[in-house]
Amino acid sequence: MSKHTLSVLVENKPGVLARIASLFSRRGFNIDSLAVGPTEYPSVSRMTVVVDVEESPLEQVTKQLNKLVNVIKIVELEPASSVQRELLLLKVRTDSETRPHILQTVELFRAKVVDVSTDAVTIEATGSTDKLEALLRVLEPYGIRELVQSGVVAVGRGARSITDRTLRPLDRLERTA
Amino acid sequence: MGHEQRDDAMTMTGAESLIRSLEQVGVDTVFGIPGGAVLPAYDPLFDSRQIRHILVRHEQGAGHAAEGYALATGRVGVCLATSGPGATNLVTAIADAHMDSVPMVAITGQVPSAAIGTDAFQEADIRGITMPITKHNYLVTDPADIPRTIAEAFHIAGTGRPGPVLVDVAKDAMQAQCEFTWPSTTDLPGYHPTTKPHSKQIREAARLMVSSKRPVLYVGGGVLRARAWDALRQLADLTGVPVVTTLMARGALPDSHPQHLGMPGMHGTVAAVTALQKSDLIVALGARFDDRVTGKLSSFAPGATVVHADIDPAEISKNRVADVPIVGDCKEVINDLATAVQAEHAGGRVGDYTGWWSQLNQWRDRYPLGYATPENGELAPQYVIERIGKIAGPEALYVAGVGQHQMWASQFISYENPGTWLNSGGLGTMGFAVPAAMGAQMGKPDATVWAIDGDGCFQMTNQELATCALEGIPIKVAVINNASLGMVRQWQTLFYNERYSNTDLHSQRVPDFVKLAEAYGCVGLRCETAADVDAAIEKAMAINDRPVVVDFGVHRDAMVWPMVPAGTSNDEIQIARGMAPEWDRSDD
Repeated sequence: MSKHTLSVLVENKPGVLARIASLFSRRGFNIDSLAVGPTEYPSVSRMTVVVDVEESPLEQVTKQLNKLVNVIKIVELEPASSVQRELLLLKVRTDSETRPHILQTVELFRAKVVDVSTDAVTIEATGSTDKLEALLRVLEPYGIRELVQSGVVAVGRGARSITDRTLRPLDRLERTA
Repeated sequence: MGHEQRDDAMTMTGAESLIRSLEQVGVDTVFGIPGGAVLPAYDPLFDSRQIRHILVRHEQGAGHAAEGYALATGRVGVCLATSGPGATNLVTAIADAHMDSVPMVAITGQVPSAAIGTDAFQEADIRGITMPITKHNYLVTDPADIPRTIAEAFHIAGTGRPGPVLVDVAKDAMQAQCEFTWPSTTDLPGYHPTTKPHSKQIREAARLMVSSKRPVLYVGGGVLRARAWDALRQLADLTGVPVVTTLMARGALPDSHPQHLGMPGMHGTVAAVTALQKSDLIVALGARFDDRVTGKLSSFAPGATVVHADIDPAEISKNRVADVPIVGDCKEVINDLATAVQAEHAGGRVGDYTGWWSQLNQWRDRYPLGYATPENGELAPQYVIERIGKIAGPEALYVAGVGQHQMWASQFISYENPGTWLNSGGLGTMGFAVPAAMGAQMGKPDATVWAIDGDGCFQMTNQELATCALEGIPIKVAVINNASLGMVRQWQTLFYNERYSNTDLHSQRVPDFVKLAEAYGCVGLRCETAADVDAAIEKAMAINDRPVVVDFGVHRDAMVWPMVPAGTSNDEIQIARGMAPEWDRSDD
């Protein structure tokens, strides 16, 4: 199995997330992560789906997704030609002795502290899956009290946009930018 | 995109807007049952001069009737039900339409929008329930959305790969006042079926057809959905390539056509199954390499290069990897293929299948379809079905349930015309025949419509005989009564050591089908000997003012042959119990 990142442009309509989630489950495809959010067009949302499949099932995933009437476009983003990020919020146990070490680690990983109390700090970090895993490995020995992580969001490198040609008809109507 | 004509804008209720929208898309027949949440729609429906509503006895009947109407006419079938149990009773028919790509729009009432999500009386999340079994579905809570939604639903159901679309309308949306504006176009940014095939792929397919030695055209239901039968016949005549038609495609090429080898698959002919198996080129047209056709997939047609044409890209390489994928409408694909083959012929490249045909003809001659007459003198079910086909003829419509009788009806009736064979292939829905025959008869009022049903199937949906009798829908039903769930019993005979667990229905005693037919206002006939079969069929054929049910008491140990046992290779085909064809002479 190997991981693939799919960017899926969908109509911003009720039930779209349920359609996509249920399609993955009934066709037996595993979702590693899923993130949904708005785009530069109010009527269009963008989902970033990371799936763990071989090449030929991936083609089936894409084709089956494309059959959903609310799905406008699907693009696979290769790791080399895209920027992929996820967000991590992490509560780590601290005391006066460990705090400097933890703050140093936060700095090294270019993360930041967003909340402090006497016996814990809350850290915000963004980055690739690998970087966040590395950060976690370093902080784990201090005691992780709580952890929450977003799905991966990804965008292709360079000037081109996956919304370019597909959504041009919408430009006149609703482009916010 | 999205420009709306406002020339006919007028104020009305959402329910009136719904009926007006159905009239606008050309609906003339709706099958349904009213109930609380859908009542507002039934009020303006009462006044419609364009739409005839057929009041069924069970919503599943409405769903299958809409399918039968669609299959007989090529138009989108429509069914209507209330919320909750009304809607869930449609589910089987919707799933059936989804598996067999039947264009259908199901409209359901929903509890008022403020009550949605509160477990209100007769509330069911039918949009959620039908998501995996519809091509698309809608929940409408704003009456202003009704016309656009109906326009989109019919467009989606009837174009591309056809399928069912459900429109769930909240009761308050039907009661509220709104402005009716019919959209001049539909605006679906994510829905653009590809109909025009890629010319490079077509040329490659044509090149393979003339250079192969053992080609087969593997024709599926997509050819019928695309109404591509004339094109298919021209391509067959032009190329001389043998043709097999799947269960969903019976009638796409006349059975009398000399290149027609019959049906492939689990109960296909030896010639059709073996032709695919030994071919060096399969040209799949609107077929989906279903497990009932391929048998054990890894051993299916090991030497074949595969050209796969389908309007649904997701079907291509789903089961068997295609060497030449072609996405497009079957009619355009077949026409383009014929043109490309003509170009090959003009260049002096003509396929030579002489050796292939001599082998195919051997299989065909040596292993024709056949059946044994029961030694105990009981009626052979195959004989009954064969006689119905002969007497009713190739213009009649034949609608089957699911099981042994369905297989025999696919084998022993000669289909000469497209759209004359209606059945539930993908989902295998027992109980399909009576309501689907009712819908087909509504679509084709002048045709003779025979439901070929089993005693098990018949008892699942025969309540629609009341509908047929009262609405003047004179279908004819042949109950092939072996007093058991015959196909299941056959599997118990073959694979479960003749342990007949729960397959005996005792339907020779209970119910009395003749009395049942009469109770429903139909004519009931009974026939139990071969000598009486023709007379019973002819008597049924002579009655056209009400439905007829003929209870044919048949031999219960008759089995469907040939058979490829589930999960085994097509090479394991048996022509009778424990009997494989002999592959010795001149086979490869």
